[in-house]
Amino acid sequence: MIACADAVKQLWDYLDRTLPEIDRVRVQEHLEVCRTCCGELEFAQELQAFLAAQRDDEIPPDARARLEALLADLKES
Amino acid sequence: MEAERRALSQDREDRPTFQDLAREHLPRLYGLARRLAGDDAEDLVQEALMRGFRAFASLERAESAGAWLSAILLNSHRDRLRKEARSVREISMEEVDDFSLYRHIAEEDPYPYSDTLHADFLGLFDADDVHRVLDTLPPLYRAPLVLRYIEEYATKQIARVLDAPLGTILARLHRGRKLFERALWDYAEVTGLLEKEEVR
Repeated sequence: MIACADAVKQLWDYLDRTLPEIDRVRVQEHLEVCRTCCGELEFAQELQAFLAAQRDDEIPPDARARLEALLADLKES
Repeated sequence: MEAERRALSQDREDRPTFQDLAREHLPRLYGLARRLAGDDAEDLVQEALMRGFRAFASLERAESAGAWLSAILLNSHRDRLRKEARSVREISMEEVDDFSLYRHIAEEDPYPYSDTLHADFLGLFDADDVHRVLDTLPPLYRAPLVLRYIEEYATKQIARVLDAPLGTILARLHRGRKLFERALWDYAEVTGLLEKEEVR
């Protein structure tokens, strides 16, 4: 069985489904018997959700004003 | 044939101007640029708008304007990364692999009475804090991280957008995640976020 250090290195790729099948099975087997690495896995999932929640598409009013001015200039040329 | 040409010409006359479309998508463009380029966001959006304006005739459907403008912005960012990649060294796996934020939080145990230690730690950060943490990462590693986990692109798509081999993107993602974990802890320490939570 692979060591914890090797399993932890591959957890995000395991979640992303980018591991080759043989490595995915090895990580899976490790997770079935290792509580600590299951904690690491849960935290990796929390971190992914944490990052996904950062998508806000706001624009500060001053930046919008400057970019609108640029657009107006493009129109004139 | 003539009817088709007239219809196409009519479509082109009816479609919104570049300025209309760009205005509509400014928040999305700025948000993406902010996450990719930090303080250079406005500069990056400006560059994308200029490129978009010059290439506007190639946009076939106004409905695709958002994706089209985002792609132009990503191309502009990729070109900047290429210039930077020549002067920035890649970070080796050995330099980042040893750090685990999960273990580090457990070992430091900032909230001894908490049953949700790790969630409490992440709860310290508001959106502005996370932007500041992302800003500390080298852009070479920040871009794949942002595109994969915030913009939710597939890894193959990221490789296409950044015009890099998939293996390179996967390696940069790995390093980017590790750098991000370490940067979260460092930021919480340096800015006193951990102490503030203890007082509460």
